Amino acid sequence: MTRFAAGARVRALATDPDGHTRLPGYARGHIGEVIEVRATWPLPDESVRGIVRAEPVYAVRFPAAGLWGSGSHSVIIDMWESYLEEAP
Amino acid sequence: MSDGHAELPVAARVRRLEERLIAAGLATDAELDEILEQVFSSASPVNGARMVARAWKDPAYRERLLADGNAAAAELGFGARGHLLKVVENTATVHNMIVCTLCSCYPTSLLGPSPSWYKSFAYRSRAVREPRAVLAEFGVELPDSTEIQVWDANSETRYLVLPLRAEGTDELDEDELAALVTRNGLIGTAIR
Repeated sequence: MTRFAAGARVRALATDPDGHTRLPGYARGHIGEVIEVRATWPLPDESVRGIVRAEPVYAVRFPAAGLWGSGSHSVIIDMWESYLEEAP
Repeated sequence: MSDGHAELPVAARVRRLEERLIAAGLATDAELDEILEQVFSSASPVNGARMVARAWKDPAYRERLLADGNAAAAELGFGARGHLLKVVENTATVHNMIVCTLCSCYPTSLLGPSPSWYKSFAYRSRAVREPRAVLAEFGVELPDSTEIQVWDANSETRYLVLPLRAEGTDELDEDELAALVTRNGLIGTAIR
């Protein structure tokens, strides 16, 4: 099951993991919208340590104004479910 | 290409990594060479351009391309394995641009070896922050009303831009249309 559906407002966690992650620093703490459930893939943060646990991955659209404080474009990033929480 | 490639620090790093893989019994030198040979013998932006030209000519192929890039690549005999291929379509109001901020992921089989600027820190950091300024440096000036979407690729999901077809090309055949498409057009740093 997927925790989020297309159209859901989500927030990227603001955490700074110790090891490898695919959660880009520039997205941390920012709010975006799920545009698509991509697939179910192993969480890279774990697979780098030899633990293979697949989870849903979402394409999330982040408005530039939120990411950078300015700009009218948007950036779409693949986000593993563990990187996201419901937007407040 | 520079003659001194083998002396670059990155080449030494790659070689060291290969040695570790081989020492750990995870791969052999011959296997690694064979993979590289397979990847680069057929990898070319001509492949991506052919997919674009077909999509411009054939509306049903365009729909299949947008729905399932991997299947649409395979349909024309091109490999796009080991990753999800998403094709993003430029329209009169939306321009798409591809970057990989974390490394340099890119559909090599369809676009050929990636250009050095694609792997540069400058492109990777600026494309997501100020794509309009980056596009201007590539000579692409878009109307203010055009919405820019920047797709941050990764190892699992790689992108190809379906550029806008030029006006006045109704009479061209597929080969002639493919010749209009550049590698940068497939990345989104050129109009086509």
